[in-house]
Amino acid sequence: MALTTQAAEPVGGAGGFLAGSAPQRARRRRLGLPPMTAKLAAGLIISGAILLFGLLGPFVVQDPTRVDDIGLTGPSSAHLMGTTQTGQDVLAQLAYATRGSLTIGAIVGVLTLLLSGFFGVVGAYAGGWVDEFFSLFTNIMLVIPGLPLVIVISSYVPDKSLLLVALVLSLTGWAGSARVLRGYTLSLRNRDYVLASRVAGEKRWRILAVEILPNLIPLLASQMVFAVIFAILGEAGLSYLGLGASGSISWGTMLYYAQNGLALRLGAWWWFVPPGLLLALFGAALSLINFSIDEIINPKLRNQTRAARRGWLMSRKQLETAKEATL
Amino acid sequence: MHLLRKVGFYVIALWAALTVNFIIPRLMPGDPVSLLIAKLGQRGPVTPEARASIEVLLGTDTDQPLLAQYVDYLGNLATGDLGLSVSYFPAPVTSIIGQTLPWTIGLIGLATVISFLLGIGLGTVAGWKRGSWLDNLIPVTTMFQSVPYFWLALILLFVFGSVWPVFPLNGGYDIYDTVPGWNAEFIGSVLYYGTLPALTIIISSVGGWMLGMRNMMVSTLSEDYLLTAEAKGLRPGRVMRTYAARNAILPSISGFAISLGFVVAGSIVTEAVFSYPGIGSALLQAVGSNDYALMQGIFLVITLSVLGANLLVDLLYSVIDPRTRART
Amino acid sequence: MNGPMPAPPVRPVVSAPVLTIEDFSVDYLVDPVVHAVKNVSLTLRRGEVLGLAGESGCGKSTLAYGIVRLLKPPAAIVSGRAVFHSREGIEIDWNLLDAEELRATRWDKISMVFQGAMNSLNPVISIRDQLEDVFTAHRPELGRHERRKRCAELLERVGVDPARLRAYPHELSGGMRQRVMIAMAMALEPQVMIMDEPTTALDVVVQREILREITRLRDELGFAVVFITHDLPLLLEISDRIAVMRAGEVVELGDALSLYTDPQHDYTKQLLASFPSLTGERGSFVRGGMDERLLALDAVRLDDPNAGSTA
Ligand SMILES: Nc1ncnc2c1ncn2[C@@H]1O[C@H](COP(=O)(O)OP(=O)(O)O)[C@@H](O)[C@H]1O
Ligand SMILES: [Mg+2]
Repeated sequence: MALTTQAAEPVGGAGGFLAGSAPQRARRRRLGLPPMTAKLAAGLIISGAILLFGLLGPFVVQDPTRVDDIGLTGPSSAHLMGTTQTGQDVLAQLAYATRGSLTIGAIVGVLTLLLSGFFGVVGAYAGGWVDEFFSLFTNIMLVIPGLPLVIVISSYVPDKSLLLVALVLSLTGWAGSARVLRGYTLSLRNRDYVLASRVAGEKRWRILAVEILPNLIPLLASQMVFAVIFAILGEAGLSYLGLGASGSISWGTMLYYAQNGLALRLGAWWWFVPPGLLLALFGAALSLINFSIDEIINPKLRNQTRAARRGWLMSRKQLETAKEATL
Repeated sequence: MHLLRKVGFYVIALWAALTVNFIIPRLMPGDPVSLLIAKLGQRGPVTPEARASIEVLLGTDTDQPLLAQYVDYLGNLATGDLGLSVSYFPAPVTSIIGQTLPWTIGLIGLATVISFLLGIGLGTVAGWKRGSWLDNLIPVTTMFQSVPYFWLALILLFVFGSVWPVFPLNGGYDIYDTVPGWNAEFIGSVLYYGTLPALTIIISSVGGWMLGMRNMMVSTLSEDYLLTAEAKGLRPGRVMRTYAARNAILPSISGFAISLGFVVAGSIVTEAVFSYPGIGSALLQAVGSNDYALMQGIFLVITLSVLGANLLVDLLYSVIDPRTRART
Repeated sequence: MNGPMPAPPVRPVVSAPVLTIEDFSVDYLVDPVVHAVKNVSLTLRRGEVLGLAGESGCGKSTLAYGIVRLLKPPAAIVSGRAVFHSREGIEIDWNLLDAEELRATRWDKISMVFQGAMNSLNPVISIRDQLEDVFTAHRPELGRHERRKRCAELLERVGVDPARLRAYPHELSGGMRQRVMIAMAMALEPQVMIMDEPTTALDVVVQREILREITRLRDELGFAVVFITHDLPLLLEISDRIAVMRAGEVVELGDALSLYTDPQHDYTKQLLASFPSLTGERGSFVRGGMDERLLALDAVRLDDPNAGSTA
């Protein structure tokens, strides 16, 4: 969708860049999709490209572990992104590392969603002492710092599987989302239509499934996006410290080896720049997507987006006058 | 009532932190105690008291019931006995924490305060003047937010330590030419050595504060009381600060707990990159050498510090928001 | 101040205008453009209560905010102007003021009371700070002591215990908050007060009290009021003249009595007919006998010591 829209319109054209035609906008809104803005398009394109690289890259690149005697050479035609200290191809490593990091992100994203949904949504919906307890538990998990806990736990287990690392990351990372979800569920619970179905004697689980969850979808989506970002960041940190899953390749392990191979001292920027850059780009792309989701959740923000402002038919002079008079 | 609830919560959280610290070494596979004591034995003689305190802290296979172990454990903590460290043998864990904690609190504390104030300030202005260049800069700062701390640290080190060497590569102060103490050279050196680590933390976290504040400002600007303030003909600065920002900052403060966790996490890794003599480096040192007593002690202290910071922020919140104060 | 008046407040016939609105139009420049206010011309005379009636969405608030230029994009004043005439005979064209002049003129010449009694006050600072703000912004020469004295007097005048100055908005009831807003609106003794549905969010008893307060203060201080509401019966009670708005246009303008007894425009007739309490009992409507009309219009009866003395 994003790609075709962009191809169809002149890039950077005045005003209507990627804004889509009016009926198209209306359709997106009906489907509950965020309006296609430049931010959203950029986010989708970048994250999609990285996703594709992680999915397909490993099939085309050479063996990332193959050692060669041309250690630490810069980019060349044989090794597009240079080699590591032991002559391994950086591009090949990057492809596998991308796959590894995305895998962790996906697993943790789902696990976090389940945990935070359970403690946040179910608790707030059930109310009473269940909510009291869940919320207390959530808040305690929130004030116990996650990474130190993960580090301590990891250090007891010398051989960790990828799944174990993912599990530990989600166990220490769900609380923030749960708190956000709880707040929003509480406000949904007291909306008129939910109260009405209650009075009408609808079953509680049905109200949850039909009235509450659909309204939570944008927020769940944005929380999941956050969870993915922080899982990938967390795993990278852990691996960089040498505490990641054994035998895995991720952006973090690449940086760990780069650090240990003195890439920094030797100026081998092609080794330690790409993994971090990809990680930052992916995180930024997901944040851009989250901006757009935010604008669905919060109408006050929506009215202030550039897309909304572009919809105004105000001349520059009228805007100037308005700006002079009001905030 | 409100205050009581708060205090109650922190008491429970404190208990939870102590308990987690008690359970982890007992729950984990392997036998940390004998491992640790064997290691200690290589370094020097282990007194029976030292051995006993390590057993109390990390758990033993004796058939002592768990509850009794728990009571002993709490008793040990109450007397400030956290065992002996292997990697810094024969220093007790508490003295290592005592040496490293000030560095970390100085670095993270200062960097967090600077980044919070900077982010809130910039976010206020960006939300106030929507569509200005500062507002349009926000997506860029979000980019920095998703840059991993340690990678940014590596890049900063590479640029300012190797390519254009203006800052030192590692350490907390100049260990050759200065004497630790309240003298100008030492303090100057600490600031000089701390610049890059602090810069890392600030650059990585300022974007989050800024974005959150900007969005809350935008939401707050459409509140009725802002229209009132405007109609009253108040000066714009007054409206921005006392009417808009004062309300918009509340969620940033109540969300502080969430953010602080990330900052602390990031800072540990940052310390590792810069070999900063703080508690994060000590934690990694402990992990590297299976120094379990030190590790548990540091975990406990980090958790307690985060709890304390949250308590402070909570108190600040009730000063700023009268609605939480008056409830009886 | 005129002091207590034994006779019913027969308002002095004043014709000098204090605010003239000429050919005023406001559009919301969205797609498609909403013409919210269309070529409205009105004159507000010194000391009168001008009612502005019309169903919700007809552009009353847009007009009110437009007058003092509080409209935010995408709203824009596309034609016309609002001119304030000071006592000294100086004309202030609201459209020609620059940002700083606008700020200094607002509240000093025209103050406002908004609908949202619940949200018009800043929740995180005290009532006193919000009242004092008005003085610090517009009367910087006043000392702190004088400011505080005036704040206390203001609250007293609207019937709120000055001890409540230390309170925060959440500690006050809806009625009290609206009284505080009215006190704030009177702080600089402006000559015009625009009230946009000031009582809509309040329950009927409180609504009555507030209306009585407004009428009394107007009689004491002599400011002119633009009173906006969709509640026509209420306007008939308190206004000297009434403008009926529909879809952005003023369709009828006349003094309250003649608008009631002899409506010209079909829409006015419709509006009048839609309030059952107004139809039938025409005889009970007597100009100036406010308390009696209160009884006629409302199911809620209030014991008032003055009742009957004016009939
Ligand atoms: N931001 C906006 N964008 C577009 N149309 C608006 C906006 N605000 C108000 N309107 C329209 O302007 C008209 C007048 O609104 P308003 O002045 O609030 O009416 P009233 O106060 O009489 O209820 C309404 O039809 C409303 O739909
Ligand atoms: Mg209105």
